[in-house]
Amino acid sequence: MTWLLVAVGAAVGAPLRYLVDRALRRGRLVDVPLGTFTVNIAGSLVLGALLGLGDASVQALALVGTGFCGALTTYSTFAWETLELAQVRARIGALAYLVASVAGGVGAAFLGFAITGSG
Amino acid sequence: MPSPRSGTVLGAVALGGALGALARHGAATLWPTGGGDFPWTTTLVNVIGCALTGIVLVLVLERAPERPAHPLAKPFLATGFLGGFTTFSAYAVEVERLFSGGHAASAVAYLVLTPVLALLAVWTAATAVRRARRPRAVPHAGGGPR
Repeated sequence: MTWLLVAVGAAVGAPLRYLVDRALRRGRLVDVPLGTFTVNIAGSLVLGALLGLGDASVQALALVGTGFCGALTTYSTFAWETLELAQVRARIGALAYLVASVAGGVGAAFLGFAITGSG
Repeated sequence: MPSPRSGTVLGAVALGGALGALARHGAATLWPTGGGDFPWTTTLVNVIGCALTGIVLVLVLERAPERPAHPLAKPFLATGFLGGFTTFSAYAVEVERLFSGGHAASAVAYLVLTPVLALLAVWTAATAVRRARRPRAVPHAGGGPR
């Protein structure tokens, strides 16, 4: 039944990503994809915290980890947006988005582990 | 309250996302990595998902105005399926796990390799589709529609 938990978690995570992206697209001041950035950082933090527990059940890992966090976050949209920024001659913006996402996501994963991890 | 229309879009994103996550879960089940292994499965999932995104988004977004794509094509295929197939959280956590497990070289290689391959994949795929489509963009001389 693991696959069902993955599907349910993703069926919540993916639309949430879409809604956050739409909400942050409105009236934004700079041409930076804040929506994707936000969900990628948040999902990395939650997954880090979940794994930091060390004793999460297979079911929790499937529902929250593989399903929810996996679908809340995205690499494809992140890569497409970076390419789009680079193609509209916003090379600095593209590089900043790339570095901020990677550093922020990995930093958030470390932070998540630190919050719940016992060492 | 979401209008029925935005409800349909959300449903398409949810369904696509669930299918994409299941495909990713299937790949992780078939080819598990862990411990100090280099996370090849996540790498391949993300790179393949990025290449497909380059193809899908060019086909959906870059069209003649009189022949628009189906309104649910982007939400279902790109935002939903490919967004749910690829994952940033597993990437970030796997970098952390490699570092914390004492595999610093693998961690750095994985950290750098994924974004480089992802960007290369989306760019190569988008460029290839644009090139392949260019001849068809030339309008036919004479003759109306149908």
